[in-house]
Amino acid sequence: MLRVENITHQPVEFSPALMAQFADFVSRYPEGKQKSALLPMLHAVQAEQGWLSVPAMDKVAAYLGIEAIEVYEVATFYTMYFLRPQGKFMLEVCRTGPCCLVGAEKIMDHLEQKLGVKEGEVTPDGLFSWRGVECLAACGFGPVLQIGPEYTFYENLTTESVDQLLGDLKAKANN
Amino acid sequence: MGRKLLLEHINVPGINTFDVYRSKGGYAAVEKALKTLTPDEVVEEVKKSGLRGRGGAGFPTGMKWSFLAKPEGVPRYLVCNADESEPGTFKDRYLMTHIPHLLIEGMIIASFALGSKTSYIYVRGEMMPQIRILEKAIAEAKAAGFLGKNILGTGYDLELYVQPGGGAYICGEETALIESLEGKRGNPRIKPPFPAIAGLYGCPTVVNNVESIAATVPIIRDGGDEYAKIGIGRSTGTKLISAGGNLKRPGVYEIELGVPVEEFIFSDEYCGGIANGKRLKAVVAGGSSVPILPANLILKTAAGDARVMSYEGLSEGGFATGTMMGSGGFIAFDEDQCIVRNTWNFARFYHHESCGQCSPCREGTGWMEKVLHRLENGHGKMSDMDLLVDVSKKIEGNTICPLGDAAAWPVASAIRHFRDEFEWHVTNPTEAVSRNFGLAHYADPLPKPEVIA
Repeated sequence: MLRVENITHQPVEFSPALMAQFADFVSRYPEGKQKSALLPMLHAVQAEQGWLSVPAMDKVAAYLGIEAIEVYEVATFYTMYFLRPQGKFMLEVCRTGPCCLVGAEKIMDHLEQKLGVKEGEVTPDGLFSWRGVECLAACGFGPVLQIGPEYTFYENLTTESVDQLLGDLKAKANN
Repeated sequence: MGRKLLLEHINVPGINTFDVYRSKGGYAAVEKALKTLTPDEVVEEVKKSGLRGRGGAGFPTGMKWSFLAKPEGVPRYLVCNADESEPGTFKDRYLMTHIPHLLIEGMIIASFALGSKTSYIYVRGEMMPQIRILEKAIAEAKAAGFLGKNILGTGYDLELYVQPGGGAYICGEETALIESLEGKRGNPRIKPPFPAIAGLYGCPTVVNNVESIAATVPIIRDGGDEYAKIGIGRSTGTKLISAGGNLKRPGVYEIELGVPVEEFIFSDEYCGGIANGKRLKAVVAGGSSVPILPANLILKTAAGDARVMSYEGLSEGGFATGTMMGSGGFIAFDEDQCIVRNTWNFARFYHHESCGQCSPCREGTGWMEKVLHRLENGHGKMSDMDLLVDVSKKIEGNTICPLGDAAAWPVASAIRHFRDEFEWHVTNPTEAVSRNFGLAHYADPLPKPEVIA
């Protein structure tokens, strides 16, 4: 759903590296089928900008020569696209059956307690957000979480390893 | 020890690189296919192998290939379905992570057989590390002359690209995947026309699972007849099983089809038994969408025979006393696990992942989730079980794609086999709720009763 945070008229600039990525993506499909590049382009924009604002999505639409609504309907359908700003580190914990059998809910509770924010909220320092997501295809190694934009995986989580991870991420952010 | 065709070299250091993979005989099957076989002969070998689609449906792969329309002047496409997101299933991610060139080699063979000059591997977006691994492997294969123009001097051209998804389970359905690859929402298409006639960009297209495509490598290397000698009955070859839940040794195992379920769960060669000294309560054998079975029915059929891991063996008895091979996502539940809670968890998954296109699925999955939630939270009614079965029947078979069936089967089968546990939640609401205290995220310990029919 497009939220009020998206309705900003602040201009968005894409880096030359991002524009080069756009060209590479479009080259992968037959002539006239450049809309196929939409999903990878949105991933690339999000990796650079942190989220997808309306001006950013409009710019993608203009590049592909499609209507802006075609971008919005894709961005609102898939769960990986953030339509409002998130923390620098978005921790996504698998909350589906197999991971829950081995303690995923406890990990989510622990994250909520340690970070002091509810699911989907951002910590006051802007560093962390967290949410439960559906099956991450690592059911034998649960509980698991991933962190974008690289989507680094952390498996066989315990509350202790989550504490260690949070400490490492804070140190990384401060360096 | 059973034969290993896909994971034979999985523990060789550096097997994810082209040079090591090649040193272990990698890409020999591509050379054989492109230099000594015609595309039709490759299809014929796959038909002879008896390979059945490893993504879940189990449709014969060679037959699927032979359905591909071949109109003059129209491009044909091969799309690999690497959108693995069926709860319990993680074999494709494992394979792509550790031995990516096996998939690349299979893609070249299959593309050649189908006449595809541009092929795509559609990987679920959450698997960014695997996307990077595959892109590196593609670059290595191209540098070695196995992709691009005039492969191995045979005149065959092939470009191979990786496409990331955006996070939607429904894109594992082949027509939804095609829609997504075209840059749209992943809404499944009405069939017919099938992708073999009108798929990607309206052109003839084959969509195959990662494991199916990887399996073409040993099939072409050794011949379809050799592959068909492995396994049991119409379940030929080997199968990757991703084992999770309360097992001592969860992980990805390659089995020869026909291994007894009891051996798979309890032997040290595979899962090593149930973790923490507990007893086995139930199993979901083929990913969350297949019917759950209690321990007695997963180990033995209703007739008392040892149940085996094969397409026919797992489905022995139909849905009354059997289940399905599905994707090979094997989830074991120990005696302490709550079936109601797990059923609610799966129902929430399908509600979350329904694309919303068909009313029975869009509304029904949410309805089931809510009823299961209230049962697990001490507000259930004795009539809820019949209500759930009724709703599941009204979803099943009434949707464009199989997600409706996938949502209905776990609920219906859980009530079929564990009705007394559901009833216990109604007669012992306080105890049912008390088990959830301490898990603040899991459920509101003091939920407000919901009024649902």
